[in-house]
Amino acid sequence: MPDASREVKPAKKGRLRGWSGPPGPFRPEFWRSPLRGPWLTSVLGLILLAGITLVAITGLVSYAAYEPRLPGNDTTPGRGLLGFYLFDWPTDPVWLYRVTQGAHVVGGLTLVPILLAKLWSVIPKLFSWPPARSVAEAVERASLLLLVGGAVFQFVTGILNIQLFYVFPFSFYPAHFYGAWIFLAAFAVHVVIKLPRVVHTLRTYGLRDYLRTSVADTRPEPPDPDGLVATDPAPPTMSRRGLLAFAGGGSLVMFGLSVGQCVDGPLRRTALLAPHGRHYGTGPNDFQVNKTAASLGVTPARTGDSWRLALVGPHRMALSREDLLAMPLYTYALPIACVEGWSTVQTWTGVRLADLARLAGIRTGSTGVTARSLQRGGYFGQASLSAAQVADPRSLLALRVNGADLSLDHGYPARVIVPNAPGVHNTKWVRELDFTQERS
Amino acid sequence: MNGRGRWAKTYGAPPWHLLALALCFLVAGYAATRVVDVGIWPGFLVWFVGAVILHDLVLFPLYSAADSVARSLTARTRRRGRTARPRPTGRRPAPINYLRVPTAFSCLLLLVWSPLILRGAEPNYRAAVGLSTIPYLTRWILVTLVLFAASALLYVLRRLTAGRAGR
Repeated sequence: MPDASREVKPAKKGRLRGWSGPPGPFRPEFWRSPLRGPWLTSVLGLILLAGITLVAITGLVSYAAYEPRLPGNDTTPGRGLLGFYLFDWPTDPVWLYRVTQGAHVVGGLTLVPILLAKLWSVIPKLFSWPPARSVAEAVERASLLLLVGGAVFQFVTGILNIQLFYVFPFSFYPAHFYGAWIFLAAFAVHVVIKLPRVVHTLRTYGLRDYLRTSVADTRPEPPDPDGLVATDPAPPTMSRRGLLAFAGGGSLVMFGLSVGQCVDGPLRRTALLAPHGRHYGTGPNDFQVNKTAASLGVTPARTGDSWRLALVGPHRMALSREDLLAMPLYTYALPIACVEGWSTVQTWTGVRLADLARLAGIRTGSTGVTARSLQRGGYFGQASLSAAQVADPRSLLALRVNGADLSLDHGYPARVIVPNAPGVHNTKWVRELDFTQERS
Repeated sequence: MNGRGRWAKTYGAPPWHLLALALCFLVAGYAATRVVDVGIWPGFLVWFVGAVILHDLVLFPLYSAADSVARSLTARTRRRGRTARPRPTGRRPAPINYLRVPTAFSCLLLLVWSPLILRGAEPNYRAAVGLSTIPYLTRWILVTLVLFAASALLYVLRRLTAGRAGR
């Protein structure tokens, strides 16, 4: 991005009254880009306001979708008041989580260049000297540490997590959830404090004049009290329109190379740089795998003829795969939508969870279920579903997909599939359905 | 001096400013107690502060320095070009942005997807997805080549149209 050359002109003698602070970036003359100024920062800020709002809301929605109030589901049991907004996650529309979580992840990726451009536009303020001219400024700058730290922390942890690169020394869920609240607190107060100035700046200068200016005609904005406008500007190498197109183009590149992992069909192949847009082949089981059987100790020996599904309720019973196949089978096209942002719709065939609940002696809609997997280790070896989820006729214990038996990696001999549930709640390799659940 | 004037003088902003910030620190502080409660605070703190350092004191200086180098290089080649033959009257496009944009996009993709491209995520990725991360390096190189090719093509076209306009 266009920025000042690093050489610093010596301060003029007449202006120097005593010590004017450390040299280099702490001097206003250091920052020479003619593009920085309240107008540019306001425009980038408004774009970011819309984008972050979308990513924040879809993120909070995702936590609700995990149904953390059901037994064993909560990844952040110490959330305290921060789960105040939780609500029962619906099974309709079936595509809701697919859309919200796709928007959260792809939206976040798309915002990376805008965030970088915004941080670039205000970087001189990091070095402003003296560090604070009033108590108010000192307090506000402390909140900016939370804002910038929170933003970068949230983006970095999210981006590493979707690539399964768990290098952070903490579990992703509490860190990303509590980090979100720290970030959002600072974000909200930043918006409250700055929005009047953004509105004033854009009312004063409008959008068109600055957007129409060519490189040659690009001049610094009028001097501002915040010191964003360069006092000793370098000649422009890019117009403001060019800079916005530059950041927007970066967003387009991020979006275009990753959004394919949220769609099916030939467009999925466009997800060249996204973790879960991979091509497996053309067979009925050739769609995105997340967590292979081999990695979780699920072997053909454990899923063969000796496998039984245990139903736990007022009646207890053990069902073989043949028993299940002899029950009424239903087929629905339902999405698998992962917290990591990817999704795919497949056609599942299996036994209704509601029918299995009745077999276990449960009145439909009166209780939920906890599904337990054969998997050894790893997160989400069990997941609890609400009574409403169990009662939905499309909620299945799937035995087949796209007309074929499930492959081992997709959960053979049986897996849960629930409309609109997050991917991890569609437990694979189910060994037990426990209907004796109580809400925590 | 009335109360408001005294407040403004000692604090430096209207009272609502402090109230809003106090609310911010209250919520953030509460979330921080949850981080302590779950027992991950040392790592969390290091990564949180590290995030600021990473952007402001590593990433920003790096790309600024790279941009300065690129600008001085393209400026020098332009000057040399000008002395070699007479300056065309049409507006020639500055080469810097045709270098800057594809480089920035390519580096952005590498920055974001480095666990896949540089294969740091390989063990977890293979365990989860069942495939290798090997294709990502090729894909990134391919995208980079396309970006640079498109930029070069655009530059040549702009230069040609500028030359024609100047004739």
